[in-house]
Amino acid sequence: MSEQHIKLPEGSIEKTTTTLNLGPTHPATHGVMQNVLELDGERIVSTEQTIGYIHRAFEKLAERRPLAQITTLTDRLNYCSSPLNNMGWHMTCEKLLGIKTPKRVDYLRVIIMELARVADHLICNSIVGVDAGAYTGFLYVMQYRELIYEIYEEVCGARLTTNIGRIGGFERNFNDIAFQKLEKFLKEYPPVLKEFENLFQRNRIFMDRTKGTGAISAERALNYGFTGPNLRAAGVDYDVRVHNPYSSYEDFQFNIPVGTTGDNYDRWLVREREMWESLSIIEQAYQKVQEFKGAEAEVYHADVPEYYLPPKEDVYTKMEALIWHFKIIMGETNIPAGEVYHSIEAANGELGFYLVSDGGRAPYRLHFRRPCFIYYQAFEELIKGSMLSDAIMTMSSLNLIAGELDA
Amino acid sequence: MSLTNEIIKQRLTEKFGDQVTGFTETYGMLSFESPKENNLKVLNFLYDDDQLRFRFLTDITGVHYPDQPGRELAVVYHLHNLEDNIRIRFKVFTAVDTPDVYTATGLFSSANWMERETYDFLGINFVGHPNMKRILNVEEMDYFPLRKEFPLEDQTRIDKDDEMFGRG
Repeated sequence: MSEQHIKLPEGSIEKTTTTLNLGPTHPATHGVMQNVLELDGERIVSTEQTIGYIHRAFEKLAERRPLAQITTLTDRLNYCSSPLNNMGWHMTCEKLLGIKTPKRVDYLRVIIMELARVADHLICNSIVGVDAGAYTGFLYVMQYRELIYEIYEEVCGARLTTNIGRIGGFERNFNDIAFQKLEKFLKEYPPVLKEFENLFQRNRIFMDRTKGTGAISAERALNYGFTGPNLRAAGVDYDVRVHNPYSSYEDFQFNIPVGTTGDNYDRWLVREREMWESLSIIEQAYQKVQEFKGAEAEVYHADVPEYYLPPKEDVYTKMEALIWHFKIIMGETNIPAGEVYHSIEAANGELGFYLVSDGGRAPYRLHFRRPCFIYYQAFEELIKGSMLSDAIMTMSSLNLIAGELDA
Repeated sequence: MSLTNEIIKQRLTEKFGDQVTGFTETYGMLSFESPKENNLKVLNFLYDDDQLRFRFLTDITGVHYPDQPGRELAVVYHLHNLEDNIRIRFKVFTAVDTPDVYTATGLFSSANWMERETYDFLGINFVGHPNMKRILNVEEMDYFPLRKEFPLEDQTRIDKDDEMFGRG
């Protein structure tokens, strides 16, 4: 073969850096996203992120759906903690409709939300371990995420895309098995979490891999719109649960763990501490739920017939219930006109819902403020000049969830 | 001294006079608008003023109102003062033929992708943005899908052979 047949791209001989495609399908991205890295040896010179591989146009779809049908869309945002998204959406609707939920509903929601937070942080922290080469921790804690999923199953029948709860409360009361499983989880999980911590927290290799890598200052983190554990790791104690309490979070005692350096190790530690705080919140909430006696102990939804499906036996026997049932199922209830922004502390940070209604049956415009999407743009700044292997760790410790990134 | 919606309103009117209008308070959040040429001046003032200190950009998004001639597209900023813990909503409107609005990337790094997303879905062109291109949709796309001229399928259409659901 003569030389003229070999066609190299222009400038490729003079180029001293290597271009590396990390993703869209790569075991280390834990989701579909692409990073085009420019490498000088093993050092990262620059990077460009491409996202949108699983974009599903939720904001557009929501413009034709009645409120209740949008819950299933929110499931698919951060699919590691769908109940948090579901609850956030229900609370947004309740804010728009002016529904006040009973205390027992709030506490039950807190239990579910904090379980979801534990499940999410558990995945994130153990995946950081996997990317550092420690698979054991990940497989070990999966058993306990399973316990959480079993509680979801008892409450809503689903595991991953939960569609849990309804506008105004839950679709059914928690049964005894759900509470038994919760007790089992509260008893069995803490020792395992401690063991998991012992595996990593003071592990020389793990500390060397994570300390000082992917660091961001508090000022930059705020400017980049960081929220949640990633912001708190940089030392800012901003938590929506405390700043704008929703679902009766003001009734609970808990601490907000903060880091100092904003590096991978601090992010890991903050998530770890948050799991302990979540466990304490769950215990408090469970105690409060048990204090309800008599008729109060049976309350699991607010009285909002326009939006909350009536019991099936009433639908077959009562005129009113039949009408409400039909109107809800066919989405024929007009929602009040208005603009509402509501946010909750999701596992990754502030998950906001901006809902514009013109008085029709579906939102006029719905926008999700996805924490992932906003802080992922800082990725280039976080990894510039660091080693390729540190970039992998940074990516997993930021807890990027492709579903939330792309919406 | 804690900041209230009243003080914010007063400070803004003192500074910008009739350039800031449409003050409303829905569900506790103060909302107002200004002409689009002024968006950076207002954002800068909100950021720098010793009393206001709105230094956290929560969200940027857009809304399309095809029925408002000359003000079809809205850019909605949600800002948060973390110290006094108060949120506001700030809007600028632009015509759909000249959808040019100044970028806020100079003030907030987080505005970068949020503005790209707004451009991607509603075609609002952020002047001065360092990398104004599509982010979630494919780059070859030549329309802006969240505009209202692209309706989703009508659930009540009757040309579908759908007897199972009584629409046949």
